[in-house]
Amino acid sequence: MSRNLYVTRSPRVAARKLGDEMMIMSGHDSTLFTLDEIATIIWEASDGSTPLDEIVARRICTQFEVERDEALADAESLVEGLAGYGILLISCEPLTGPKLLRQVKP
Amino acid sequence: MSALMQEMSAKALGLGIPLSAQLDLTYRCNERCVHCYLDHDDHGEMTASEIKKLLDELATAGVLFLTLSGGEILLRKDFFEILEYARALSFCIKLKTNAILIREAEAEHIRSLDVDSIQVSIYSHRSEVHDAITKVQGSLERSLDAIRFLKAQGLKVIVADVLMQQNTRDYPSVRALAVELGAEFTLDPTITPKMDGNRSILNLNAGSSTLQEVFRDQALVGSVEEFCAPPAPARANDLDALPCSAGHTACYISPYGDVYPCVQFPLPSGNVRRQRFADIWQHSAQMNEVRSIRLRDLTGCPSCAHVSACTRCPGLAYMEGNMRGPSIQDCEKSFARTGIPSVNLLSRTGHVPKLVQIQGSPTIASTFPA
Repeated sequence: MSRNLYVTRSPRVAARKLGDEMMIMSGHDSTLFTLDEIATIIWEASDGSTPLDEIVARRICTQFEVERDEALADAESLVEGLAGYGILLISCEPLTGPKLLRQVKP
Repeated sequence: MSALMQEMSAKALGLGIPLSAQLDLTYRCNERCVHCYLDHDDHGEMTASEIKKLLDELATAGVLFLTLSGGEILLRKDFFEILEYARALSFCIKLKTNAILIREAEAEHIRSLDVDSIQVSIYSHRSEVHDAITKVQGSLERSLDAIRFLKAQGLKVIVADVLMQQNTRDYPSVRALAVELGAEFTLDPTITPKMDGNRSILNLNAGSSTLQEVFRDQALVGSVEEFCAPPAPARANDLDALPCSAGHTACYISPYGDVYPCVQFPLPSGNVRRQRFADIWQHSAQMNEVRSIRLRDLTGCPSCAHVSACTRCPGLAYMEGNMRGPSIQDCEKSFARTGIPSVNLLSRTGHVPKLVQIQGSPTIASTFPA
């Protein structure tokens, strides 16, 4: 993929791992989300400083039989979707400051 | 409860995870509500650092939904320090408060921490009634002002009313007030005994005729026909059901670190000052005893017409003397709802039915005083 994305969890959510799934409660409207096992791995690795493609390569492709490009495309689609709900922040640069590609303002 | 929430609760049950917990930060209070089940002295509350350690343990154990209650939580000078710590651990937090100490600044601070909801106790729309219940003059006005401050911050507020003899006619107006304020409304029809076992405050409970009226208020219950319908016959697996979530996916921790299955089920099961929370949750004999109970193990209930739809609280039963026994307050609610007396209600009055299933005989129903 062309972009180098960085992702981090929104501090506004409540979240807890339940088995291999992640339960996430939106701080905006109390909507409850659950992430499946693979999405949970990405969520947990979303520290704002590790590029998404590195997360996919190290955490997904090593555990699941999936092509890296395919996995990265799916991961980008996932994080874009979660960012749309305001529960994940994404940026083209490490998320140590406010340079967000998509601001959390649902 | 949403289908997703039900699914997650079932998963938590299967995994033995305490999905929700109530932590009372203090029993001290700036009100003296006539129906309160607590004493208001400080017998040695956990310090902020003890609470933070506990919060770490609760997060590790899997608690997502955390209710911070009391007493009045804002009486703790370190309340916001604790709240900030809890939010940093990603709990979904509900606050229960009388809100007297919440002004603009506190409301803004709460908003900044993304608290899920704030439940505020309002017992009447009339200050002379509310203030007489709280024994604090001006408390209604203070609490309503606080709700306005909280709503101005865009927060979710729940107005919680408790039905008692002092305010039986007021709940529709409290509900209307909640709507006007943009808050949700909840009504609890049950006064619970004091945690030390003292049952004297139960005489504040609204009578059964009031309960009958409340249970037929469409605005509260939705379809009255459905809500008050005779209970469906028990299905084969009903008797294998769990009485409630207490001790299964929920628990309560007192300001002194005592762990109970629920705030309404004060069965001492361990203390987090002496043991790790996970050890208490997983291994305490008391918790495991609670977990072993199925509806078929209860006294009277397996043969009761209400078994499939009963709201029996095991904690109230425990406080009546037997966690496997009846909760007569819930039997009375089932009767007020359907007009059909429960097996245990009949047993108490000496009219034990010969038939296992009693189907709504007006004669039987009329034997119970309204």
